[in-house]
Amino acid sequence: MTDLAVRAGGQAGDGIASIGETISRCFSRMGWHVFGLNAYQSVIRGGHVWYQARTSDVRPYSQGDGADILYALDKQTVAVHAASLRRGGTIVYDPEKFAVPESDLPAGVRALGVPTLEFARKYTSQSILQNAAGMGASAALAGIPLDLLHEVLRDSFGKKAGEIVDWNLGASTSGYEFALSHGGVNDHAVSKGGAPKLLMTGNSAIALGAAAAGLKFLAQYPMTPASTVMHWLAAHSQSLGIVVKQAEDELAAIHMAIGASYGGVRAMTATSGGGFSLMVEALGMAGMTETPVVVVESQRSGPSTGLPTKTEQGDLNLMLGAGQGEFPRAILAPSHPAEAYRATIKAFQLAEEWQTPILLASDLHLSENTMSVDREEIPTDIVVPSLFTVESNGHEYKRYQYTESGVSPRAIPGQPGLQFVAGSDEHDEKGHLVSDIKSGLPIWVTERVHMMDKRMRKLQGIVAAADPPAWEGPADADLTFVAWGSTIGAIRDAMVMLTAQGKKTNLLHFPTVYPLDADRVRAEFAKAHQTLLIEANYSGQFGHLVRAETGVHLSERLLKYDGEPFYPHEIVARALEVIPHGG
Amino acid sequence: MADSAVHSTPVPTGPALPMIGKSDTKPTWCPGCGDFSVVAAIESAVKRLAIPVHNVVIVSGIGCSSNLPHFLSSYGYHGIHGRSLPVAEGIRWANHGLTVIGTGGDGDGFGIGAGHFVHAMRRNVDLTYVTMDNQIYGLTTGQASPTSTMGQKTKSTPTGVIEHPIEPVSLALASGATYIARGFSGDVKHLTDLIVGGIQHHGFSFVDVFSPCVTYNKINTFDFFRQRVYKLESAGHDPSDIVAAWQRSLEWGDKIPIGLFYRTERPTYEDLEEVLSAGPLVHQSAGLKGHENVLDEFV
Repeated sequence: MTDLAVRAGGQAGDGIASIGETISRCFSRMGWHVFGLNAYQSVIRGGHVWYQARTSDVRPYSQGDGADILYALDKQTVAVHAASLRRGGTIVYDPEKFAVPESDLPAGVRALGVPTLEFARKYTSQSILQNAAGMGASAALAGIPLDLLHEVLRDSFGKKAGEIVDWNLGASTSGYEFALSHGGVNDHAVSKGGAPKLLMTGNSAIALGAAAAGLKFLAQYPMTPASTVMHWLAAHSQSLGIVVKQAEDELAAIHMAIGASYGGVRAMTATSGGGFSLMVEALGMAGMTETPVVVVESQRSGPSTGLPTKTEQGDLNLMLGAGQGEFPRAILAPSHPAEAYRATIKAFQLAEEWQTPILLASDLHLSENTMSVDREEIPTDIVVPSLFTVESNGHEYKRYQYTESGVSPRAIPGQPGLQFVAGSDEHDEKGHLVSDIKSGLPIWVTERVHMMDKRMRKLQGIVAAADPPAWEGPADADLTFVAWGSTIGAIRDAMVMLTAQGKKTNLLHFPTVYPLDADRVRAEFAKAHQTLLIEANYSGQFGHLVRAETGVHLSERLLKYDGEPFYPHEIVARALEVIPHGG
Repeated sequence: MADSAVHSTPVPTGPALPMIGKSDTKPTWCPGCGDFSVVAAIESAVKRLAIPVHNVVIVSGIGCSSNLPHFLSSYGYHGIHGRSLPVAEGIRWANHGLTVIGTGGDGDGFGIGAGHFVHAMRRNVDLTYVTMDNQIYGLTTGQASPTSTMGQKTKSTPTGVIEHPIEPVSLALASGATYIARGFSGDVKHLTDLIVGGIQHHGFSFVDVFSPCVTYNKINTFDFFRQRVYKLESAGHDPSDIVAAWQRSLEWGDKIPIGLFYRTERPTYEDLEEVLSAGPLVHQSAGLKGHENVLDEFV
């Protein structure tokens, strides 16, 4: 197995993300798997940002634990990241900007001074061109062919041809050749792999999945880390025929989505915890009026404004409890863009079939980081059924008719003879309010119970239709990791490391966080010798849910709430503490 | 109304389509409530325009007046407090072949929903928004509203309101609504004409209605308005003159204008949203069939 990580660091505004994305794309076009981590701060210029492109012949599910090549645009980057470099690693820097004393280097790591500014000056006085030279040097060390780097650079400039592209190609060539003539490539350098892979962030996979599922209307209010769902769909609005509306606030966003859904199209909104907090009342309205809606909740560190550019899984309790009273909902939690694509389609199917709000839980780590997927993992031939499922037969139409499944025939405004009022008040089968002059009268008290039972019955159907808990790894393991959402990535990588150490571990994860089939979940946990719950929050919210639903107490936990993603080595260390000795 | 302020009524043609009527739910408003006139005016207006009942959606929030959709036989969405407009906008964008009418009260529209009110108007979404403005919170038993008069004593302001009231017509002018009118529950015929004009208007139509609360507002009563209102149509007001409209909107006291304050033409949101030029969204194709090459950008 080859595992190589190229890291670039500097200040916001330096173009760090472009460097990282270019390197990532070179790897994916070579047919290698990629995990691209974009670490940034809530500032537009200044501060410290870094991007790491990790590549491997087996899919890396996390940023990994170290880097092999570090392109440092400033001295701070050396100070922050030098210790992460693995033996045989190289720091690429420009001696004209700062020095990297031998004493600052970890054992087995060398510093390669590349005259990036000098290379840039051959073309322009704009110092940003130094990046191309540094990128060229880094690419050379990583084993990326120069013509591939040039191809990716050309593509990234798109139709903006002309001298700026030539300068970038020229400067990157200078850096590339300099690196090759000063020490050669890294021990882990890649070579040609297989068919090119697709590179997606969680959010682009969600946006694409929504489009595949038949999305026609998105309303959203900007909020990190959910905004790029709107960006992608807005850029494709006309070509895909999807109306994208930036609303005045999240209240409007979800109400517009619910209105559009009631009006007969598939609709979605996306936000983070702060915006989702504003959507809470509307979520219940969708539940009460039985209007399908998909809500993407991409979590970031809270509470309140928290750490806007850092990750967390702290909103599970909020998602579980959002809205007064009780109504059916589901929470789906993918961990990788390939899963996010399918989970988004599933969310639409569930919302439509069960006529209730469905939450898609993401977080900054999944939403904004870039991962490779194979084309086969993104099937586009998704059947999009018509929403016109009922017609007037001349008989009285009951929008909220009692049924065994809890699902009633849904008419679309504009259909003759099926007029009804969708009410947020409690109502009878025809949609008539039972909340005012009828409330409290014995027959309507009974009616209320019937209507609650009808709605809540849908949960049984949702449990049966949603993806069940899933196992990965050997059936007979000394330790079972328990996780949901993006955290699963680092666990998968940790399991590979533990296997190499002779430790047998497996993973029980929950693509559907809620609702849980208590009997089934209990049965799954009965198969585990020892569990380790891993969540990116303070209190182990999923652990509480499991205990409440099943009585199973997941006592061993690894919780993290520093805003940083899990690193595989942290999971390995905790696993070794928990794995029974002699196991 | 035989003046230029309101469009003339179209003559229905073709086979008779089912028209709007009362539903089998009787209004639960207090006897004498101004809202009875408003539901009657909406029913008459939609009938006069011969819009088939299944193509009408009435959207409301929460409050006494927001129960209105239940009393007519059209489609309706009775949502939550203050949020009728974004729901109505979503419905319009899903299917701009529908006639969408928003209804609600002053608390719903100018208090908790004020943000949506302003933005719906600047977007010039083609819908008609009728507010039953009684200057009080009725359903919650008599607290001050955003349009309550300075000094008015209510349950929440026992020593009198100390905030200047919102003036809905001025706010609508400032926010870019393209049809702005004010009616009075005491004159159903005039109100019906204003609503007819609003539905016919291509753009956001706002009809604020003095709709007295007979239970909790002892100041702004039917008599209060009967003694004060005068019709802009009879006062030589030119509804294309925004400065004159602004001046009229600020009149309050012995003389209070009702009628059409302002009307202008501006492209609607639906006109400018390219995707809708292919027809109502609800009838467009969906999914990635034929768009498979969208994956190429990820390579």
